[in-house]
This record gives sequence, structure tokens and C-alpha cells, in this order.
Amino acid sequence: MSAATDWRDRARRLWDRDPVKVLALLAVIYAVYIALGLAIGFEIRGQINSIATLTFYIGVFGILALALNLHWGYTGLFNIGIVGFMAIGIYTMAVVSKPVAETASQIGGLGAPLWVGMIAGMVAAAVLGLLVALPALRLRADYLAIVTIAFSEIVRFTLLSRTFQEFQVGDRTIGLGGGSGLILPFNPLQSFLDVTRLNVLQDALVALATPVIGGNADAVVNSMLYGVLLLVVVAIYYVVLTRIGRSPFGRVLKAIREDEDATKALGKDTNVVKTKAFMVGCALMGLGGVLWYMQSGAITPNTFRPRLTFFIWIALIIGGAGSNTGSVMGGAVFAAALFQGPRYLQNLVESAIEVDAPSNFSGAVAPIVDSLTLNPFLFYVIDNVRQLQLVFMGLVLIWLMHNRPEGMLGHRKEEAASVSLTRPPAGQGTAADGGRPDTGGDANE
Amino acid sequence: MSDTEVEADPAGSETGNESRALEGASGPDEREEVSLRVEKLRKTFGGIVAVDGASFAVESGTITGLIGPNGAGKSTTFNCVTGVYEPTEGTVYFEGEDITGLAPHAVANGGLVRTFQIARELGEMTVLENLMLAPKNQRGEALWRSLLPFVRDEVVEQERDIRERCWDILDFFEIDHLADEYAKNLSGGQRKLLELARALLTDPEMLLLDEPFAGVNPSLEERLLTHIHDLQAEGYTFLIVEHDMDLIMEHCEHIVVMHQGKVLTEGPPADIRSNEAVIEAYLGGDV
Repeated sequence: MSAATDWRDRARRLWDRDPVKVLALLAVIYAVYIALGLAIGFEIRGQINSIATLTFYIGVFGILALALNLHWGYTGLFNIGIVGFMAIGIYTMAVVSKPVAETASQIGGLGAPLWVGMIAGMVAAAVLGLLVALPALRLRADYLAIVTIAFSEIVRFTLLSRTFQEFQVGDRTIGLGGGSGLILPFNPLQSFLDVTRLNVLQDALVALATPVIGGNADAVVNSMLYGVLLLVVVAIYYVVLTRIGRSPFGRVLKAIREDEDATKALGKDTNVVKTKAFMVGCALMGLGGVLWYMQSGAITPNTFRPRLTFFIWIALIIGGAGSNTGSVMGGAVFAAALFQGPRYLQNLVESAIEVDAPSNFSGAVAPIVDSLTLNPFLFYVIDNVRQLQLVFMGLVLIWLMHNRPEGMLGHRKEEAASVSLTRPPAGQGTAADGGRPDTGGDANE
Repeated sequence: MSDTEVEADPAGSETGNESRALEGASGPDEREEVSLRVEKLRKTFGGIVAVDGASFAVESGTITGLIGPNGAGKSTTFNCVTGVYEPTEGTVYFEGEDITGLAPHAVANGGLVRTFQIARELGEMTVLENLMLAPKNQRGEALWRSLLPFVRDEVVEQERDIRERCWDILDFFEIDHLADEYAKNLSGGQRKLLELARALLTDPEMLLLDEPFAGVNPSLEERLLTHIHDLQAEGYTFLIVEHDMDLIMEHCEHIVVMHQGKVLTEGPPADIRSNEAVIEAYLGGDV
């Protein structure tokens, strides 16, 4: 019996460690996906592909939820213009890093190395964040919300405008592509692997995978590797943001979230601190946008609609605002259950039974009224799962707000200090005041 | 104090106050003894005149009371002094320096720190986090220092010092058993203690306490008062806004009475107690 409690104790202590929680969650998610894949009857190639796609979305949502957590979870800044900063990131990166156009009809870029473009994207997002912050941060939370969402739409319309579609800088033709979008001739994974000399690993994996998967294994291996790379970025974000959160700077952020006036009354220049935190978050969102879209081949402005912002908000709310671990977990759950899940389920059903969906809504509803047959309606639902996804998300959000507004991890203590806050060992010269917790009554002198 | 001043009509006493405030400014040796001086402070909100030419001074090392009926302009005066509001007219001096219109954080960093009428604890932070926020000049409040590894050591070192000071003050206020509690779970009285402790950790020279005893039970009130007197003995200056007349009379050396945005009178408790204008103001007479 004691062995059993001992084991349970150890398990609990293990569970208390945040990385263990995240890894356990990821393990569950992957297990479910693999099981579903087997049920659908995926070949190994399809299986790996679906896992790679899932990993990609877990990565990008984790990255962006972490960045949002700095704004909302830590500082209480109600930013609903995330997608605008993502767009600025990837478009800046595209303009800076695209190769110089060879003919006048092409839209080229400045031809800088990829990493320069990525940094430029982050800087641009931070600078525009500053621009938004200057007037808005002095106002209360809801005004910042209005300003940021308006800003993100302004960004989208600017990207759509003909004026910036293409223009001359010196003798170079560059531009944002307007409504027809911008081609991104990047292969970030390959560039990264070449720079870090990890292409050896890549070659080894391809060689290993080819007999199992068959020809063209490198496409599958590469998409998997990119997903893993994104998870590494998530880990870096996590470390950086946790470090910020645990510093005295992070303590001021938390204090601003709780009560800005009281924080000011303690001598903290909250406007400066808020602006800094906002800019850092925006830069991280910009990089998030870059990582999401740089390998996609092309971007159009209309990808960057506000709904993407709200996806990230849902991810953060699921996980629990204020907790970095919660942000990562929320990103993973959102990606797996709400973003990819319904599509996956659709595949599953369609592979199991012949879905003969009616082509319009009346075709779906009429049979219920006529003959009480539900099937056409259910088929219709499955066929339109992509559209209904937003309804699911809305329902989940309402349910969460009612039943678990603090998110998956609940209220958590992530101490805002660079040192442990337990009482330092006694006997450091101040023993005279005798104020031990138990003797508090006697020390009353 | 002369009876004539005490019994003077409001207009008369107001000019008397102004002369007193100016007296404080006249001699340089005397100026050092005045911590806070408010001169002809006026604050209007649209057509409403909340503070109407108030002048008074708080001497260093005293516990001074600021009293007056509801709507007398006490809180507005507080807010003007601490930079929450910008005064419409008038000047505020602290330690001889003009601090009129400074931002709240600048006022606080100058050594003039306030607490709030309704305790503004930082609810989702622990008591200890609340306290550790307060000390000034924290190296780790610079973002880059909190991130870069090799400069982070000095941050950690300073954090250790701050932690020790916070535990000391927790002991002093006898709330060390609450260190890990979320501030929102504290009782009203404990919140007041926390606020005072937090204000002290900023190393202020003067504390402005806005109704520190409101909602505090008698035994805790006694403790708070003991602490305030102990701190006074250490050299802190206090300006306390309070409704409880008896309390103010008993514990303050000097009392400023406000009414309808003006300073009605000021003086030691004995004079205030017998001042008819004050009694009338409190009983709602139309002065």
C-alpha cells in the first residue's frame, strides 16, 4: 500500500512540472490522431502527413497564444488586432527578403537574406505596435481593443490597395501585390537546415523513410521537420516569456493588469512599461505571422481577417490567460480539437460511410419534416463542417465562459519574482524580531 | 493659539491660513520643516468647484489630519497633490520643490506616497508579490536586464535583498502568515495593512493615508495606529484623511479642516474641538 501511495506521490510531483503537463497533453492528442488515422485507414504516408499538419498548427497557435498571453494574460492589454501584426511581419519579411526582380513585370524584393527579413518583420511589427500604443495605451482597455481591431483592418485594406501593389525603389520594382497576393519563393526549412548543417539529419531521415513510405519521402519528412522546428520555437518563446514574467518587469506587468492606478501610486511609470510590453508582444506576433506563412508559397491580404485573431484568443482562453504553460496547452487543444478536429472527423465519417449530402439547406431540412428522416440533415452537417467550425468554436467559448473562465489550468501561481518567494533561512541577524509564523502572537511585545 | 483665529468667520480664517502657509515659506530654515505645502489649490470639474483655493502646510515629522464633511474636497485635494488630477490653479510643494502637475509615479518616486480610500490591493498577486512590487530603483524592471543572462545575476541579488525586506515588513505588521495568500482573499483590515506595508517599502518620506481606518475592526485599528506612531518616531510624516473625529483628535498634532473646497481652519486638536465653525460645518449648517 505504501508503495502505491509512494508511486502516486511521485506521479503527482511529476505532474506538477509544467513541461510534463504539456508533453502528456501532446501525447494524448497524437495518440487520438493516430487512432483516428488508423480508423480512417490512412496509409503511413497519410498518417505522417496528418501528424505533420497537426504539429504545424499546434506550433503556430502555441506561438501566437504565448505572444497574446504577454499582452492580455500578463499586462491586461486587450489586443484584438493580432492578425494585423502577423500580416505586417510576413509582408515586411517578404519585401525585404524576396529576390530582386529580373524583369520589370515581376514584383521583386530587396534580396536580403532570410534572417534579415525575419528580423525586419519583427521590428516592423514592433514599430507599428508603438504607433498603435502611443494614442491607445493611455486610454482604458476597451479603447485599445477598438483601436487594435481597426488597425488590423487598416493593415488588410492597405495591403489590398492598388497604390502599394507595386512601386519603384531606385531601379527595383517591389510591392505588396495588392489583391492578387504575393508569391513567396522561400524555403525556410531548407535554409535553416543548410545554415545549421542539420541537413545531414534530414538526409538520414529521408533515407530511413523512403523504404517505408515509398518514393518522394522528402516532402513528408520536410513537413514533419518544419512542424518540429515550430515546436522548438514554441519552447524558445516559452522560455523567454517565462523569464520576462518572473522578473521584476513582469511583476510590474501583472500589477498593471490588476490595478494600474495603484501601480502608478507606487512610483511605476506604467505607460512606458505597457508600451514596452506591447511592442515585444507585437514583435513576437510578427514573427508568428512569418513562421506561419513563409513556407506557404503565396499570401493574399484576405488571409489576414479578424477571425484569425479570435482563433488565437480562443486558444488562449482555453488554456488559461496569465499562464505560459496554459497558452501552449490551449494552442495545442485548439489546433487539435477545434481547428483540425472537425475536418478530421469529416474525413473519418466519409471514409466509414457513403455520405450523400444534399446540396442545400432545404434539401437537408425537408426530409425531417416530410418523413422524419434525419440522415440527409446529418450528412449536410458533415459536408459543411468547415463552415460550422465557427459555430462549434462559439459554443465552446460560451461554455468556457460559463463553466471555466479561468481556462484549463485554472488559477495558477506563476510567481512574479526572480527568486523563490519562500522565507529565506532563519538566523540572518534579524532573529531578534522573532517573528516566526507560529509565534506571531507572542512577538506582539 | 489665539481664540480669535479659532472663532473667526470662514473668510477670515482662510486669509489666516494663507498667511500661515506663507509664513512657512518665508524663512529658509523654517522651510525645511515643512514637508508638504499646498498653496491656493483650485480644482474644477466643468462647473463644479471641488477645491476652491485651499492652502495648508504639513510639518515634517508630524501626523496631520485632514478632515471635513462629505464633499469638502479632501479626496480631490489628495488627488491633486499626488498627481492623479492636475490642479486647475495653485501650487503644491514637497520638500521645497514644486511638484504641481507631475505624473503620479513621479510624485511617488519623489517620496510622497499615498494609499487609497478603498484598498487597492493587487488581487491576483500574492501578498508577497504585492510587497515586492513596491521598492524603488529595481534593476530588473528594465526589460533587457530581466532577459540577458549575465546581467541577470545582479537582478537576482537585488531580488534577494528585496525579499528579505519584504519578510521583515511582513513580520513588523504581523501578517507574515499571509505571505502566500492572494491579496484578494484578505479581509478589509488586512488589505489596509498590506497597503500601508507596500507604501512603506517605497522608502517614502511622507505618507498620505486616505481613510486608513475605514472598515477596519477596533483591534486592527489599534494596531494600525501603533504602527503609525512607531513610524512617526522613525521620522515619517503623515497626512491622514479621516472621518472619525475622535480618532483624529486623539492622534494628530495638527488638523486641517476643509469645507466646501476651502480650508475652514487649522490648528491643534484642542482648538479645532472648540471651533464653532467646524461644529457647524459638521452639523450641516450653511456656513
